[in-house]
Amino acid sequence: MVITLMSKPSSKLEHKIILDWIKQSKSVLDLGCGSGELTKKLVKEKNVRAQGIEIDEQAIHKCVVNGLSVFQQDIDTGLAEYLDKSFDYVILSQTLQQVKKPEFVLKEALRVGKQTIVSFPNFVYYPARFQIFFKGKVPVTPSLPHEWYETPNLHFLSISDFIKYCTQNKITIEDSVYIRKNKKVNIFPNFFAELGVFLLSDKMVN
Amino acid sequence: MTEKTGIDGTVQTKYYTFENPTYLILESGEKIEPIILAYETYGKLNQKKSNAILVLHALSGDAHAAGFHKGAKRAGWWDEMIGPGKALDTEKYFVICSNVLAGCRGSTGPSSINPKTRKPYGTDFPIVTIKDMVSAQLRLIEHLGIEKLLTVVGGSMGGMQVLQWMISYPERILSAIPIATTMKHSPQQIAFNEVGRQAIMADQNWNNGDYYLASAPDRGLAIARMVGHITYMSDVSMAEKFGRRRKSNGTPFKFDSDFEVEGYLRYRGDNFVKRFDANSYLYITKAIDYFNILNGKRLSEIFKELNAKVLVLAFKSDWLYPVYQSREIVKACKLAGVDTTYCEVNSNYGHDAFLLEVEEETDLIKHFLKTVFNGNGDNSNVKAVI
Repeated sequence: MVITLMSKPSSKLEHKIILDWIKQSKSVLDLGCGSGELTKKLVKEKNVRAQGIEIDEQAIHKCVVNGLSVFQQDIDTGLAEYLDKSFDYVILSQTLQQVKKPEFVLKEALRVGKQTIVSFPNFVYYPARFQIFFKGKVPVTPSLPHEWYETPNLHFLSISDFIKYCTQNKITIEDSVYIRKNKKVNIFPNFFAELGVFLLSDKMVN
Repeated sequence: MTEKTGIDGTVQTKYYTFENPTYLILESGEKIEPIILAYETYGKLNQKKSNAILVLHALSGDAHAAGFHKGAKRAGWWDEMIGPGKALDTEKYFVICSNVLAGCRGSTGPSSINPKTRKPYGTDFPIVTIKDMVSAQLRLIEHLGIEKLLTVVGGSMGGMQVLQWMISYPERILSAIPIATTMKHSPQQIAFNEVGRQAIMADQNWNNGDYYLASAPDRGLAIARMVGHITYMSDVSMAEKFGRRRKSNGTPFKFDSDFEVEGYLRYRGDNFVKRFDANSYLYITKAIDYFNILNGKRLSEIFKELNAKVLVLAFKSDWLYPVYQSREIVKACKLAGVDTTYCEVNSNYGHDAFLLEVEEETDLIKHFLKTVFNGNGDNSNVKAVI
């Protein structure tokens, strides 16, 4: 995971949803927090105690300018220093598809957080499908703006893939919102939505 | 164009002689008396006394961190970081820097007069630790009427003092900035220091530390400094600075300093002996080598008393204090739930980067301090529940 300062699709509504989910004065660990835009909003509006983790040095500088606490670290190395359930929320905002070991990172997030918020671009929303089907090319769309040779996205998943994964691994999806162009998508999200946002917990496990 | 301005006028070193009590009991149990600490201050202490910053110097540093002494051409050792509008903005903050105990730049050390013999202490000077240096600094801070420091900041051995402050006096600091440092000196780090000490002790002039009335062990101290300088640079920074360039195209193999790097090291060594005492070098490097805040404790216990915000900085090309040592500090902070920021600055300068990467450090430290200063008072209950 290298590029984190790139524009992220529909992040305005995504941030609003996350802000709605997070309760006042809780603790938050934001994995791949970039320059800390979301974290800053959480501190300001929800008075959370926030800690970011980010790999990019320039992004760290921006976090510090934003008054945030952030560690420069590769989240693929895990969160070994944190005890189970030591944060109220762990956030993976459009980060999961960019890490080398998404399953490991997700499990670590679920272990450390009482609740985990995950969002990712849906790689099979219809503009992408059309490009694959009719043009025979790997899609480049507003929400997937990179060519194959320069994309920071290492893993390609759909909303359905993720829901299936959660079901198989007994991860509880407590809430989910699907977005396209900063608007909620209510029907056929796997076809229409460019972004899925999930509120998870692993209450069911054990 | 905005020009960086320095501190107005000239600065002066001040001296504080310990009173009430006049002595200090060292970690070894030995008592030392009298004690003088040389220090300088820049900027003004505000009415609430909430804007004081303590700058902690490295092995060869001194109290003269910024500005110019009268008639001097060279500014203090961290002048680029301290002054109006700089990282440690003297228009906002009151900056203090003192020469360490066992130093030779105005503070009590092996070259000071032993009241019992009325001669310089030499090797009769008691063994001093980083903890002792910090205990002495606390006395100075109390003398200046400061209850709580806004931050303690320093690189290398200065960073060790920062870590010691975090452990010894956590209630006295609102934040801490350890730079390019370690929680314990590694065998490799001790080894380089030992080569330096051996160079001094092998110099006949050293005379078991009793040389103050005769010639000083300048050759030995210069060689120690040369070894030091090698460890402060990186392969890349040396290649960029010197390459294989030679000073002249004369006949090689005459054991003159033909290569530029040789000339540089000799120059640095020769200059160092003019301002540094060989015995102080021995005592201070020993203090550094004995530094180990872990000391059998679990990593999670080290900072458990700490309620300050911490900014840890490391430099990627620093092989003397490699990034893994800073990551350990960060790990200990995480385990203790300390509010921490960590940045590994991309730099080719090696360990020297903490003195040279001014722009990067300024950006981080300036904003970090702003957050601490503005949030002053509200941070007392933000310690994580972890």
